[in-house]
Amino acid sequence: MPTPLEIKGQLASEGFAAGPIWLAQDRLVPSYERKDTWQAEAQALADCVATASGQTAELVENAQGDAADILEFQLAMLEDDTFVEAATELIEAGLGADMAWREVLDDEIAGYEASDDEYFRARAADLRDVKDRVLVALTGAAVEIIPKGSIYLADDIAPSLFLSHDWSGGGLALRDGSVTGHVAMLARQRGIPTLVGLGDFVCPENVSALLHGGLQTLIVSPSEQIRQQFDLARMEFDAARLRAQNFSDRPAVTDDGTAISVMVNIADPAEVENIPIQHVDGVGLMRTEFLFGHASGLPGEEIQYLAYKKVLDWSRGKPVTIRTVDAGGDKPIRGFTEDEMNPFLGMRGIRLTLKNPDIFRLQIRALLRAGVHGQLKVMLPMVAVPEELDETIKQFEVEASALAQEGVAYQMPKIGIMVEIPSVAILPNRFSKASFLSIGSNDLTQYVLAASRDNGKLADLAKADDPAVLALIANVAHYGAKHGVDVSLCGDAGSDVSIIPKLLQAGVTTLSVAASRIGLVKSTIADIDLGSDRKSRLFDEAHADFSHKLGVLHSDNKK
Amino acid sequence: MVAQTDIVITHRVGLHARPSVKFTKLAKTFDCKIEVSVNDTDKWIDAKSIVKIMGMKAPAGTQLHIRADGAAADEAVAALHGLVERDFDERQGAVPADEKIADANSA
Repeated sequence: MPTPLEIKGQLASEGFAAGPIWLAQDRLVPSYERKDTWQAEAQALADCVATASGQTAELVENAQGDAADILEFQLAMLEDDTFVEAATELIEAGLGADMAWREVLDDEIAGYEASDDEYFRARAADLRDVKDRVLVALTGAAVEIIPKGSIYLADDIAPSLFLSHDWSGGGLALRDGSVTGHVAMLARQRGIPTLVGLGDFVCPENVSALLHGGLQTLIVSPSEQIRQQFDLARMEFDAARLRAQNFSDRPAVTDDGTAISVMVNIADPAEVENIPIQHVDGVGLMRTEFLFGHASGLPGEEIQYLAYKKVLDWSRGKPVTIRTVDAGGDKPIRGFTEDEMNPFLGMRGIRLTLKNPDIFRLQIRALLRAGVHGQLKVMLPMVAVPEELDETIKQFEVEASALAQEGVAYQMPKIGIMVEIPSVAILPNRFSKASFLSIGSNDLTQYVLAASRDNGKLADLAKADDPAVLALIANVAHYGAKHGVDVSLCGDAGSDVSIIPKLLQAGVTTLSVAASRIGLVKSTIADIDLGSDRKSRLFDEAHADFSHKLGVLHSDNKK
Repeated sequence: MVAQTDIVITHRVGLHARPSVKFTKLAKTFDCKIEVSVNDTDKWIDAKSIVKIMGMKAPAGTQLHIRADGAAADEAVAALHGLVERDFDERQGAVPADEKIADANSA
């Protein structure tokens, strides 16, 4: 019995697969035969590019949707003379057709790989595919045939190879790869379990393996015990997915009839195009970092205004909560954030924007102008003391009167804060000017437990359902209920099925979650019975003091 | 006849694969010479070559200059301007090609 091997990667597409490992073959045997003249070389290349174009065009005809788009893009690349012209120059200088093609494409691929933008980096895989298709035509190499139901282990995979194989029952385990690549996207749409970024390790061919999407792990030669756990997890996953599908378009209600608001988190305005508005009660968190993350520089007022307006236009009067730019920490932005020893405890969020009034001003103006298009709420990240809120409100007022003088339409939004620094969670009443509170459970957890959320070794510490974290959440929910201030939670805990019941117990009534989790969160809520606990819920204990709450939650947790 | 226009790319991932295909296909329907440059670099490239258009790697927020010289230059520039302005007509259902993992496994 070989020793089990467990390799952790990144999840590119959810799911579970069990099957034999199929090691990718090196498809390109260098068997190209040189021609007598450079003209013959150039002709050979032109012919093979035409062959590759023809094959791709055939694939386009049989493909649909995004697969067709990808192939069409590759076809357009093949039909463009730019590569052939560059390669022909090299051929004239003495290179063989295969080497010339390889050199031109490798250069281009390197250019994509060096891009700052992850999207363009991911396109390198398409160019590799284009390169290989022509090389296969030149050298006559055979195309790999992958046995059905196997787990395909490779550095990466060409989109065309991915599309030419029926992956049902199998999965992909890639040593490199990217979660934003075409293959990852296609795998998600087809529901093919896929892990990327597994790195280097030695693996024999044909051994049995499990691809565990839940643990984001590839398990080679699993023990019987691991296999049983895997089967159980897979059954639960399949059942949950099936059930969640039926809940997306229903209102979220617990088993005992308590209505819960489920809102959506978005990172980019274009996402709303795929979210039916009737599935959500609004946007609980719209990030704005996407506007700031580009190599082309910091965004102007107009481009921000259009981005905010787009989401407000989609929302049909439901609340849209937009967070002012939360740079710093794990989100550095060139020309804006600072290099520092301890970025999570440094210049980030509202601290950074208040220090850069010229940049913040444009965002405030864009928000004020967008406010006329719907129910806008503006949320400030990383607030630690009330003065930061006061100062921001003042700046909104200054910009509002400037817009009024310019005769530009605007609407003052509700201004609220994130609850992620313990100082706010402990004494929320100091922030009475905040129109609403939104608990950022990821940062709150890491600050309460002094455990980085990015370090896998601290995963057991950095838990959002730690009693201390839950007590703070209950404290905030209680404050909100007592004073009529809306409280929501927008961290990952809100879509964690094991934590949702505890959050509702703590008095949270609004969750904001990723679009892909809406059905799952609603189906989880439907199973929760707050009935018997309702009278004693922390939330209703108007006079319970803080330490008492901590005690209650602690004993609940031990059950 | 010469025509020129400027426009900011608002499509969220910029001038990427699918928009580049649409852009070059549209450019090819005109007989005039069409060129583009980005962010005032003064490097003009052929708007009909997808390799070159994609090769600019222009993200959202990029200022795109489009110029045309020859027959129907005005129409060519207006058509391409419109395409960029409409986010390359990528609407409902067309976006998942670029979606992020967190939102990918739609339940």
